[in-house]
Amino acid sequence: MTASTATAVRHQVVSGKHRRPHYFTHAFLIVVSLLWFMPLGWAVYTSLRPYADTGGNARGYFSIGGAYNLDNFFKAWDQAQLPLHFVNTIVVVVPALILILLFSSMVAVAVSRYSFRFNLAMLMLFTAGNLLPQQVVITPLFRLYIALPLPTFLNQFGIWYDSLFGIVMINVAFQLGFCTFVLSNYFKQVPKEINEAAVVDGASVWRTYWSVLLPLARPALAALATLEFTWIYNDFFWGILLLRTGDKFPVTSALNNLQGQFFTDNNLMAAGSLIVALPTLIVYFALQKHFVAGLTLGSTKG
Amino acid sequence: MADLGQRSVSRRTLLKGGAAVAALGGISAFIAACGGSSATASPSVAASVAPSTAASVAPSTAASVAPSTAPSASGTVTFGSNYSDDVPKKAIAAVMTAFTQKTGINVTINTVEHNKFQDTINAYLQATPDDTFTWFAGYRMRFFAAQGLATDISDVWGTIGANFSDAFKTASTGDDGKQYFVPLYNYPWVVIYRKSFWTQKGYAIPKTLADFTKLGDQMKKDGLIPLAFADKDGWPAMGTFDILNMRINGYDFHVGLMAGKQKWTDPKVKAVFQQWAQLLPYFDPAPLGKTWQEAAQDLINKKAGMYFLGTFAGQQATDQATHDDLDFFPFPTLGTAYDAEMGIDAPIDGFMMSSKAKNTDGAKALLEYLGSADAANIYLASDANDVAANKQADTSKYNAFQKSSATIIGNAGKIAQFLDRDTRPDFAGANGMQSFLQTFLKAPTQDLDKFLSGIQSFYDSLPPQ
Amino acid sequence: MSSSSAPPYAPPASAGGASPPLRARRGRKRFSVLTRRDKLTLSLMVGIPAFIHIFLIWLPTIGSIVLSFTSWNGIGGLDKIKFIGIKNYENLFANYPPFWPAVENNLIWLAAFLLIATPLGMLMAVILDQNIRGTRIYQSVLYMPVVLSLAIVGFIAQLMYSPGMGFINNFLQAVTGDPKWVTSGTAIDWLGTPGLNFAMVLVAASWRHVGYIMVLYLAGLKSVDNTLREAAAIDGANARQVFFRVVFPVMAPINVVVLVVTIIESLRAFDIVYIINKGLNGLGLLSVLIANNILGEASLIGFGSAMAVILLLISIGPIIYYLARTLGKEAE
Repeated sequence: MTASTATAVRHQVVSGKHRRPHYFTHAFLIVVSLLWFMPLGWAVYTSLRPYADTGGNARGYFSIGGAYNLDNFFKAWDQAQLPLHFVNTIVVVVPALILILLFSSMVAVAVSRYSFRFNLAMLMLFTAGNLLPQQVVITPLFRLYIALPLPTFLNQFGIWYDSLFGIVMINVAFQLGFCTFVLSNYFKQVPKEINEAAVVDGASVWRTYWSVLLPLARPALAALATLEFTWIYNDFFWGILLLRTGDKFPVTSALNNLQGQFFTDNNLMAAGSLIVALPTLIVYFALQKHFVAGLTLGSTKG
Repeated sequence: MADLGQRSVSRRTLLKGGAAVAALGGISAFIAACGGSSATASPSVAASVAPSTAASVAPSTAASVAPSTAPSASGTVTFGSNYSDDVPKKAIAAVMTAFTQKTGINVTINTVEHNKFQDTINAYLQATPDDTFTWFAGYRMRFFAAQGLATDISDVWGTIGANFSDAFKTASTGDDGKQYFVPLYNYPWVVIYRKSFWTQKGYAIPKTLADFTKLGDQMKKDGLIPLAFADKDGWPAMGTFDILNMRINGYDFHVGLMAGKQKWTDPKVKAVFQQWAQLLPYFDPAPLGKTWQEAAQDLINKKAGMYFLGTFAGQQATDQATHDDLDFFPFPTLGTAYDAEMGIDAPIDGFMMSSKAKNTDGAKALLEYLGSADAANIYLASDANDVAANKQADTSKYNAFQKSSATIIGNAGKIAQFLDRDTRPDFAGANGMQSFLQTFLKAPTQDLDKFLSGIQSFYDSLPPQ
Repeated sequence: MSSSSAPPYAPPASAGGASPPLRARRGRKRFSVLTRRDKLTLSLMVGIPAFIHIFLIWLPTIGSIVLSFTSWNGIGGLDKIKFIGIKNYENLFANYPPFWPAVENNLIWLAAFLLIATPLGMLMAVILDQNIRGTRIYQSVLYMPVVLSLAIVGFIAQLMYSPGMGFINNFLQAVTGDPKWVTSGTAIDWLGTPGLNFAMVLVAASWRHVGYIMVLYLAGLKSVDNTLREAAAIDGANARQVFFRVVFPVMAPINVVVLVVTIIESLRAFDIVYIINKGLNGLGLLSVLIANNILGEASLIGFGSAMAVILLLISIGPIIYYLARTLGKEAE
């Protein structure tokens, strides 16, 4: 990332030469930004007002006046059992993130730093698997989940279907591709001498991986973790497909059930959506650099 | 595959929920007093109550039949429930509490959101079934019974049979002639309106098609949408199709068509859609972006004059005064040979036992209880939008709404379930009839022959079952 | 992969610019002084993840292909599966009205993304790549929708579009003072009118897609060597010429990524449509048809699999193209 900052600085110097006021550009950007911000802004505004002041035969939604408060947020929080669903999300996201980063870094190290007979085939398989639309696999996957046994402490029904474990596993399986791809590119750039030095020190493959290479990849891992957090948090589909018991749904999939309940009350729906959107927005604003780095790590090699 | 029983928790039902809680407290106290058992419903206490009391549930009328419930019925029964919205959820919980107090058998209720319950029924019954579960009468029930996913409960019917009319028994019987279902309540599909508003406007209940269109014209003049209408979810329009089909072609044709014995390409079906197209100008012109809840709001807010829906629409009435102001009447007659028959959709909700039930004795004891007048009384005390299937149930406490329902159902010569309950689920679903009916609503003047042959060839392409 | 974003994979050629912490020396032979234990470790390091991936992704993919030639309602054991040849495909093409509209919608989605949303993202990237005051703020705002799930986007879209309660109609009513804009029948039913509703869904999906593409291009533009621009500018090229002759060609690798991301996203699109109305009423997409089959009360496993295979066939093209361009080079 230091490198790209350097580029940016260089860039700034260059374009600074023919700098002129961009009035038109600014006007255009302000209009576009307002347009882009509006839906979220509208959601915030709607969520702060009671239904009684806006819906039915009241003054309407595009209006000022009436009460402004956080009641809808409290109501959505309680009614939709959001705390429960947030806990489910954590139960899915945390193990999934750890497993994804662990597994993908292991594969990435193996295929990028050792001559392995199926290196390329492996990478292709992972990448292609990640690019497949999920719907290609769902029919047999659904049957597979019903058939696969699981200890009852992970799921009272004793199968993968309707278990958070199953959601973790399918996220891991799908996301491995992208992370492996990014990390193997990353590791390829690390000089071979590092491996040689480790061998001279008598380090095993595992130690080289765990104590030498993995720490080197910290920036890439941080970027991937940020990105993957958002993706897994935002996943809607696996929950809808592979869970049944309402209490088990992660928060994004739980949205689907909220809809029926909130339908006649747009204000409540707005508040519910915003609460669910908040964690990713916070992560984005707090870790914007990592987030963008995660995306660009994949798209601009190394 | 949405279903008419869908109830959504809205602000209104929540308010009513509060009332239900209060009612519930009273009822359980009452039951506790009668039963003489400990008033506490905590599982451990309940479990320690003598387990053999289940047999005492059996009404005296069934004394000659061997009670299904083995004397050893005890422990815990699991119950999968789709009563996910506030009012029905509390009502069914009250029933289960009463059962536990009466028999000492615990019930674990696993509630799943209504639509989700239906969508996943297939996997649920195969993979994660509870001992007993909520379901619907009709083809939908017979289908799962025929697939071997439900347990024959004919022995339970030996005990509870006298509580139900033959019609309900037939509706609970599978293709093999055995019973698989215990009905709890049903509700009619009717034309709903606001009494005070009609009095104010001087509208009268239309009995015939001519009256109906005349009233519709008047309402249009008055700046109203004559008939509220919504079909975003795909299933509510099925009710309109059903009623027109039964008025024009009769109940038997409906049954034959649903079973695949009649063809969709039959001119009789075309007549239904032609009639519907003629009536569409009286319907809300923009139904496809609306849910039934929104359409019900149009009626309540006096933007629409009438709404043809199941009586569950009453759940959308926020306050008691508005709810009391709602009344309804059967869909008008169309001047056909089937006018006298007065067939309607009045879907039945009830309970089944899964084939993988672990506590079979307990499950049967529970089903037996659910078939009792007690259970119906307790349920309807909390959810007063339906009427009891059980003929022994106490109708004296019915509100005006329930009384009208009971009268309409009583006067109906033939009772159908509903399109998506009377035909195979893969045909009725989102990819099938839901889409087809929306296609019709989008272009009611389209080439109906082509439209109907599309439906028929889709039906024919489905695998034989 | 979440259904929210197609992953941005690296282009075949390094875009230069951003460099790794330590650069490897090229052409050095890989060495191998591995003990047996090391070999076992390596096998496990690759084997465990590979097993999970193959078992949960590729096995079901093959399963879809096999099942597409069968008839099964999903009840009972595998012995209930009947092979029926290509009958599912025949039914799909001939007797299944929602199929072709769904294919058409997928294609429209792809076209709209390729021709409108993606170029718009590129435009925003080019504008914001100039050293404009407040560029960070603009970038943040444009990028914000990307971190939202498409399910949330679906909800927010309904807040905008709902005929009685949505922003657009209420705004029209407030501005014109005419209640017809929020009255059923005269109000524009944005999500209930077939055709219009799909266009509105595309607008909502683009709201998210533009920012995504913008970020990818911004990263690419940062890596364009500025001496090239300067040289072109000195030679008297105007801004447009500089862009099309110098910048755009250098960004070719990004274009590959963006192309693949756009195609895959268009084929995967599901959440937003599903949350609005389960893909009914003109919002049908292949992904939704497949899902409805599994998520419905009755499953037609064989039939659903046949649709999955069609989706597989459509997506395999871009995937192979992409693999050949990126990883193919390494095979040399």
